[in-house]
Amino acid sequence: MFKSGTPLTSLAITAGGLIGFFVLMIGLVGVNAVLLQTLDGLSKGSAYAMIALGLTLIFGTLGVVNFAHGALFMIGAFCAVTLSKFLTLSKEVVDESKTDFLGNPLKVNVPYVNDLFGEATGATIIDWAVPLSLLFAIPVMILVGIVMERGLIKHFYKRPHADQILVTFGLAIVLQEIIKFYYGANPIPTPAPSAFSGSLDFGALIGMDPNLIIYPYWRIIYFVFAALIIGAVFAFLQFTTFGMVVRAGMADRETVQLLGINIDRRFTLMFGLAAAVAGLAGVMYTPINSPNYHMGMDFLVLSFVVVVVGGMGSLPGAVLAGFLLGILESFASMREILDVLPGINQIIIYLVAIIILLTRPRGLMGKKGVMEE
Amino acid sequence: MSNSRLTRRGLLKTSALAGAGLALPTIFTASSAAAFTNEPTGSSVTLGFNVPQTGPYADEGADELRAYELAVEHLNGGGDGGMMNTFSSKALQGNGILGKKVEFVTGDTQTKSDAARASAKSMIEKDGAIMITGGSSSGVAVAVQGLCQEAGVIFMAGLTHSNDTTGKDRKANGFRHFFNSYMSGAALAPVLANAYGTDRKAYHLTADYNWGYTTEEAVKASTEAMGWETVAAVKTPLTQTDFSSYIAPVLQSGADTLVLNHYGGNMVNSLTNAVQFGLRDKQVNGKDFQIIVPLYSRLMAKGAGANVKGIFGSTNWHWTLTDEGSKAFVKSFGTKYGFPPSQAAHTTYVQALLYADAVERAGSFNPCAVAEALEGFEFDGMGNGKTLYRADDHQCFKDVLVVKGKENPDSEFDLLEIVEVTPVDQVMYAPDHPQMGGPEATLGTCNAGA
Amino acid sequence: MFGLNKKDFNLFLIVIALTMLAPFILNPFPAGSGMAQFNAGYPDLMQRFVIFGIFAIGFNILFGLTGYLSFGHAAFLGVGSYGAIWMMKLVTLNVIPAIIMGVIVSGVFALAIGFISLRRSGIYFSILTLAFAQMSYALAYSVLTPITGGETGLQIKPTDRPIFSNLEEGEIGRANLFGLDMRSSYELEVGNWAFTFNTGYYIAAIVMILAFYLSIRIFRSPFGTMLRAVKSNQTRMNYTGLNARPYTLAAFVISGMYAGLAGGLLVAMDTQVGPERMFWTASGEVVLMTILGGASTLIGPVLGAGLIKYMENILSKINKDILHQWFAFLPDGIEDFLVTIVYPFIGKGWHLTLGIIFMAVVIFLPGGLVEGGKRFMDFVKRKKSKTPPSDESAQSTPAE
Repeated sequence: MFKSGTPLTSLAITAGGLIGFFVLMIGLVGVNAVLLQTLDGLSKGSAYAMIALGLTLIFGTLGVVNFAHGALFMIGAFCAVTLSKFLTLSKEVVDESKTDFLGNPLKVNVPYVNDLFGEATGATIIDWAVPLSLLFAIPVMILVGIVMERGLIKHFYKRPHADQILVTFGLAIVLQEIIKFYYGANPIPTPAPSAFSGSLDFGALIGMDPNLIIYPYWRIIYFVFAALIIGAVFAFLQFTTFGMVVRAGMADRETVQLLGINIDRRFTLMFGLAAAVAGLAGVMYTPINSPNYHMGMDFLVLSFVVVVVGGMGSLPGAVLAGFLLGILESFASMREILDVLPGINQIIIYLVAIIILLTRPRGLMGKKGVMEE
Repeated sequence: MSNSRLTRRGLLKTSALAGAGLALPTIFTASSAAAFTNEPTGSSVTLGFNVPQTGPYADEGADELRAYELAVEHLNGGGDGGMMNTFSSKALQGNGILGKKVEFVTGDTQTKSDAARASAKSMIEKDGAIMITGGSSSGVAVAVQGLCQEAGVIFMAGLTHSNDTTGKDRKANGFRHFFNSYMSGAALAPVLANAYGTDRKAYHLTADYNWGYTTEEAVKASTEAMGWETVAAVKTPLTQTDFSSYIAPVLQSGADTLVLNHYGGNMVNSLTNAVQFGLRDKQVNGKDFQIIVPLYSRLMAKGAGANVKGIFGSTNWHWTLTDEGSKAFVKSFGTKYGFPPSQAAHTTYVQALLYADAVERAGSFNPCAVAEALEGFEFDGMGNGKTLYRADDHQCFKDVLVVKGKENPDSEFDLLEIVEVTPVDQVMYAPDHPQMGGPEATLGTCNAGA
Repeated sequence: MFGLNKKDFNLFLIVIALTMLAPFILNPFPAGSGMAQFNAGYPDLMQRFVIFGIFAIGFNILFGLTGYLSFGHAAFLGVGSYGAIWMMKLVTLNVIPAIIMGVIVSGVFALAIGFISLRRSGIYFSILTLAFAQMSYALAYSVLTPITGGETGLQIKPTDRPIFSNLEEGEIGRANLFGLDMRSSYELEVGNWAFTFNTGYYIAAIVMILAFYLSIRIFRSPFGTMLRAVKSNQTRMNYTGLNARPYTLAAFVISGMYAGLAGGLLVAMDTQVGPERMFWTASGEVVLMTILGGASTLIGPVLGAGLIKYMENILSKINKDILHQWFAFLPDGIEDFLVTIVYPFIGKGWHLTLGIIFMAVVIFLPGGLVEGGKRFMDFVKRKKSKTPPSDESAQSTPAE
C-alpha cells in the first residue's frame, strides 16, 4: 500500500499503535481514566507542540540550532507578567486603621487603573491581564525575533552547528539572567481571569456521574488556542504566496534566490513568526504554572526531543510528536502504571524517543539529509 | 563598608615569617602548628556562608545571606543587636567572637551537591573559614555536612527539612536548627484531625527523592495513627513542572484529601494545578475536599499567589510571632532591608548566633569544644520558645508552627496565619527512631582536623 | 621524542610545565591583598581544573575528531563516580582500584550506549545520547536510591568497612594512595605569597598529563586519521569499502572511559557523589568547555574547562562587600556608582558573565580560545618584525 518511509506510513503506524495502546489501557484502567489522561495529554502536548513548531521552523528554514528558543517562550510569559505589573502600577495610600510589620501605618496600594476607569472596571482590566497581554506580546515577540535574527543569528548561518549552540546558549543565559535581575528567581503568580477558574465536568455533560472527568477551563482554552495557532501557521505556509516562497526556500534555497526572490528577508520574518508562536505559548501558559526565569530551560531539552522525534525539517512531525509525547507522559503518570513499572514517569519521554529513533531513522516524519551530519 | 580584609593567612605571614620559605606537611589547612583546622590566629575570624545564589532557590538564598550579614553586624556590635538582646545566653558581648572581629566569605551552592562542596572547600582551603553554614536543600546539607566532618570544621545547617540530615546521615560536626519531616507530620496530624475529622481518605503526591520519601512517611504515619486512610501515594519526578496528569485522577480515586509532599517550585506548581482543577470546590464522601502542604515557606507561598488561601501546612518560624525574640529580629531585619524576614533568614540568623555563643561559652574555636558546648544546650528567646540542641543527633527540639494560608492578606508578606503552636513534647522522638535511620545511625566522633 | 613530532612535543612540555607549576601560576597575587580574591591556587579548584580537563580532552576525542556531538557525556562521568565510590566503600580505600573501576564501569556503559546511539548520526545521535543520560540521571535521583543514595548521594560513612583496610572502630575511611592521604598538602610561603602543593592535585595532574599524551597519540595515529575521515565525508568512506561504525564506536568508548577516569578522580579527590553530576546541564557544560576552548585542537578543551570552572568558583564568591573594598579608595559617590555597575556581573550574577563570555568568544574568536591565542601570537610577531612599531599597526585589524 504505502511506500516505506513516507510520512503517510508513519502516520498509519502511529495511529495504529495509538489505537492498540488505547484499547489496552481501557482494559487496564477503565474508560474514564483513559479519557481523562487523553484530555490531559492533549493539553500538555499543546505547549510542546507550539514550542516545537517554532523551533522546527527555525531549523527547517534557517538551519540554525537555536538553544535560545526556550528563552523566547520565557520572554513571552514575562510579557504577561510585565503587563499585569504595569496594570497594577499603584500609588500608595496610607491606611491608618492597619499597621505593617514594623508597627507603622500600613500603606495600601491603589492601582492607577482604578483611578482612570473606576474601581469595578479597573478590577476587571487587571483580572483580564493575561488575555490582554496577547495583544502586547505579538508585536514584542516579533520584534525580539527579528532583532535576534538580524543582530546575531544571521552571522551564524554558515558557521558550524557547534558555534550556533555556543552563541545561542550564551544568549539564553543572558536573557534569563536579565529577567532574573528584574523579577527575581521566585515564580510570580499570574492567574487567569476569574471567569475561567474552576473546571468543566465532562462526565456530567455526557450523562455520567459528576466528578469523574473534570478538567480546568483554562487548560481547555489552552488546547483550543494551540490548535488555532498551529492551524494558522500551517494555513499561512500552505495558502499564501509568502508561505509558498518560504516553503520553496526551505526545499531549495539557492534556486529560489536565483529566481530573484529576496529569501533572506522572508526568513527573517519567519524567525519573527517562530518567536511569536513561542511567545504566545508562553503568555497563555502563565496561568497554568506561575512563570519563573528558568522556565525556558525546563522546556528546552524537552522541545528538542519533541522536534527530533517528529523528524527534522517536518512541521507536521513536530506537532504530531508534541501531542504524542504529551499523551504518553500523561499515561505514564497513572498510579496503576507506576505500580507495575516504578519510575516509568521519570523516563517515559526519553524511552519513547529512543524507541522511535531506533525504529524510524529520521523520527516520525523527518526529511532526508536535514541535520544528519 | 571599607574595612580592610586581612585573611588569616595574610596575618600568619606578616606576623611570623616574612620573606622566608617554609614547607610544612598539613591536611586540609594551611598551617600545621594549629591545633585544629583553620585556627584563627589574628584579630579576626572568618565564617563561610554557603547559600544558593543561582537556580530556583536563589531568592531564598539571598534572604539567608541578608540574615547572615545582619548576624555579623550584630556580633560585631553594630545595629540594634537584634536577638542577641533576647537570647537567654548572655555570653555574646557584641565584640565579635572571643574578641575577634567576625568576617565572612560567601559562595554559591547552586543547589547542587558538587557545587556546594566545591564552594565550601574553597572557603576552607582558600579563605580559612572556621565554620560553614547555609543551604536550601537536604541534598546540599548532607553533602556539605559530610565535607565539614572530613575537614574538621563545624557545619551549621541552613534550611534542610529531610529527616536524614540529623537522622541516618547525622554527623558529629553538623548541627541543625530547622525542624524536620517527622516534626511536621507530628505537629500537623492533631490540627488536621480537629479541622477535618478523623475519617478522611488521603491521596499523597510525593516528590521522588529522599526529602519527599521522609515527608510522606512522616505524614502518613501520623495521620494514619489518628484514623485517616491513605488511598494512594504517587511519586512525581523532581523535574516535573506540570502536575495535571497526577492531579486529574485524584477525584476518581474516591479520596477527599490531597497531601502535596512537594517543596519549592514543585510545591508552587502542584498547588496551583490542584486549585486550578477546582478540587477545593468539590464534595467527596459528603465532605469538602481539602489540600495539605506539609512544609510551607512564605517565599514559595508567594509564588502560588491566592491558591494558598485556607491551606494547612507547617513552618519553622513566621514573622507574625509576637514573642520578644521574633519581634526584635523582625524589627532589626525589617529596618535594614525594608521587608520582613523569611523562615530561611530566621534559621540561618539563629544558627550564626548559636555558633558564636557556643564558641564564647567553650572559650575556644576548636570544633570539638564548640560541639560540646552546643550539645544538650538549652536556650530561649530566639523566636521558637524553649529549645534544646539534643546531644544524640544534633537536632534542635522546639515548638512547631502549624499555619494556614490567610484568606484576606493585608500585604504581600502577610500570606500565612498561625493556627497553632504545637508544643515540643508532641514532636519529640527517640534518637534511634526508625524514621531517623534506626539504631545504626551514629554521629561518629568529632573531628578537629589538623 | 616519545613518538611526538617537534611541535606536539613542545606543546606537551608546555602542558607539563603548566600543570606542575600550577600552584605558582594560579596564585599570582599575595595573600591578604585585595586581588587575592582572584587566586585559584587552592587544592580543590586546581584538582577540578585538571579533572574537568581530562573530561573535556576525552569529549574532544569523540567530538573534535569524528564530529559526533554527544549530549549525554555527563552520564559516563556520573557512572564512573558511582563505580569508584562503591569500590572504596566495599573493597579498598586505595584510589587506584577505585579509578580503574570507574574507567571500566563507564567503558562498559559507553559501549552499550554507543552501540545503540551510533546507529544514527547528526542531531538524531545527539538526542539519543541525551535521552540515555537523562534517563540515568532521573533514575539515579529517584528509583535507584538504594544504589545511588538518591538526592543526598553517596559518601564514605563511619560504618563502611572495606575488605582491604584496617580502620579502627568508628574511624571514617579516607581516600589514599598506599597510605598517602589525598588531602595532605605542603605549604610554601615566600614573602607575602603562599603556595599550596597538594598530594591529590599532583596525582590528578600526572593522570591528566598521561591522558593528554594519549590524546596526542590518538590525534596523530592512523586511527585518528580514520576518525577525521568519518567527520569529513562518511559516505565517501563507505564507498571505499570501509565501515565507519567500529571506528566511531571505539572513539565513543575511549571518550566514555576518559569521562569515567574523570569521574573516578573526582571521587578520589573528594569522596562524594551526587546525581546532579549526570544532569543535562553537566553534559552541556563539557560541550561548551570544548567549543569555548577550541574543538579539534589538542589544548583547547583544557583551556575551556579551566575558564568555566574558574568563573564558577571565583566569580561566584565575589560579593558586594568585596567590591566596596576594591573601590574604597574612590570618593563615596563614584564608589557606589562603580559597585552598582559591577554588581550584576559577580556573585549571584556570575551566570550572566558566563553567558556574555560564551557569546563574545564565539562572535569574536571563531575557533575558540586557541584561535584567540594564535591571533595574539601572530599580532606580537608581526609587531616585532616591523621597525619601528608604529601606532597605526597596533590599531589595524589583523588581516593577512
